[in-house]
Amino acid sequence: MPETAATERIAVQMKVNGKPYAREVEPRMLLVEFLREECDLTGTHVGCDTTYCGACTVLMNGLAVKSCTMFAAQADGSDITTVEGLEKDGQLHPIQKAFGDAYGLQCGYCTPGLMLSTFQLLSENPEPDETEIRKAIAGNTCRCTGYMNIFKAVQLAGRNMKGA
Amino acid sequence: MLGQLGEGARLLAGGQSLIPLLKLRFANPEHLVDLNFIVGTSFIKEDGSALHFGPMTRHAEIEHSELVKKIPVLHDCAASIADVQVRNRGTIGGSLAEADPSGDWANALITLDTTVHCLGSKGPRKVALKDFILDAYTTALAHDELVAEVEVKIPPTGSGGAYVAFKRAAPVYPTASTAVQLTMEGDICKDVAIALGCVGLTAIRAGEAEAALRGKRPDDKTIAAAAEAARAAADPHPDMRGSAEYKRELVAALVKRAIQIALRRARGEQVEGVHLYA
Repeated sequence: MPETAATERIAVQMKVNGKPYAREVEPRMLLVEFLREECDLTGTHVGCDTTYCGACTVLMNGLAVKSCTMFAAQADGSDITTVEGLEKDGQLHPIQKAFGDAYGLQCGYCTPGLMLSTFQLLSENPEPDETEIRKAIAGNTCRCTGYMNIFKAVQLAGRNMKGA
Repeated sequence: MLGQLGEGARLLAGGQSLIPLLKLRFANPEHLVDLNFIVGTSFIKEDGSALHFGPMTRHAEIEHSELVKKIPVLHDCAASIADVQVRNRGTIGGSLAEADPSGDWANALITLDTTVHCLGSKGPRKVALKDFILDAYTTALAHDELVAEVEVKIPPTGSGGAYVAFKRAAPVYPTASTAVQLTMEGDICKDVAIALGCVGLTAIRAGEAEAALRGKRPDDKTIAAAAEAARAAADPHPDMRGSAEYKRELVAALVKRAIQIALRRARGEQVEGVHLYA
C-alpha cells in the first residue's frame, strides 16, 4: 500500500438530517464512520461490515443504502437521513412509534436500519402487504429473528402515516 | 486518467462488490477512480430495435423501468439482485466489468443479443457480450478501457423470458441461477437461449438444453429433456452453498421452472415475482 494513503485528505460536505457538515477525511473513510465519528451520530450501527446485515442502512437522497459500503467522499453533496433524523420536535416519527407499539424490536441493534428501509418502502407504497414488506426489508437482518412483529410494525407505521 | 495512473488504478462503480473486496484486502489498488459523479452515465433508452443502458444505471432503476418490463428476463434479474440497498447503488456496467461467476447480469444478458460498448484511450469499440466475459473476473476490457453502454436487442414478438435465482437469503449470491429466453411460433419453440449462473467460471450457455427445445413443441417431455441437458452442462464447484450434485439437481429444477414461466409470458400472461429463497 502506498505510504501516502494515510495522510491524503478529501474535502467532503453533506447534509445530515438537514444539518450541513464539512470535513476533510481520509479517502478510505466509510460513510458509516463519517456519521458515527465525525457527526457523533451513533444511531447508525455497524453490524457485519460486509454488506449483509443492513444495520448501517441510512437514506441517501431518499434511497436506502448500506453506509458501510460507501466511502464518505461518495456522499459528497448529498442529503443523508439517519435514525436521529426521523424524530421531529421531540416527537417520535410514526415509524419509530409503530416499532415500539407493535413490539417490532427486541435487542434493537438492527432497528435503526430497519426503520430507514421501512421509510423508503412506505414513501413508495403506503400500504404494503407482507410479501412486499419481506422484499423491502430483505437486506436487513434481525438476529433476534423478531420478523413477525417487524412486519406488523411496518404495516402499523403505514396506517399511522396515512392518518397523519 | 486510467492511462496516467497506470496499472494500479481501479474503477469504482456502485461499489457493492469492490468495497467489500477492498475491506478484505482481496483488492489492493493504488488508486480508485470513482465514476459516480460523471453526469450522463445513468440512462435507459429505447431506439426501436434495442434498449440502451448507461453503465452507471442502478439495478433499482432497471427494476422499476417500464421499458424494461417489456423484456421480463431483464426485469426479473434486476429485481432479484441482492436487496433494496444494494440495488440502489449497484450498477449494470459494474456487474459486467467485474465478471463475478456468481453475478446476475451476465447470466441474464447472455440469453439476449447483448453488445458492450467499450471506451478507452484508443477510442470506442463494440464487443458482443459472449466475447466480453472471458473467464472468472476477466473481461475483454483493456486496463484503460471502461464500459460506456450496454445495448440489448429487443426480442421479436412471441418471445418470453424468465430469470430465476435460488438464494439462501437476499444479500448473498445465488446458489444457482438460470435465464431462459424463447420465441414461439404457434406451438413450436422457434428459438431459445438457456443460460446457467454460479455453476461455472462464467455464465454457461447450455447449447444441448436449447437443442432439446428448438424447433419442437415444448411439452413435459421436451422440457424434461432440456432440464436434463442443463444438468449435464452445469459445472458447479462444491462449497458452503451445496455439493456439486445438489447444485446440478437445482439447475435442472430451475431450468424447468424458468422455461415454464417463459412459455407463459410468451403467450402474453403476466407472471410476477419469480425468484426463490431457500
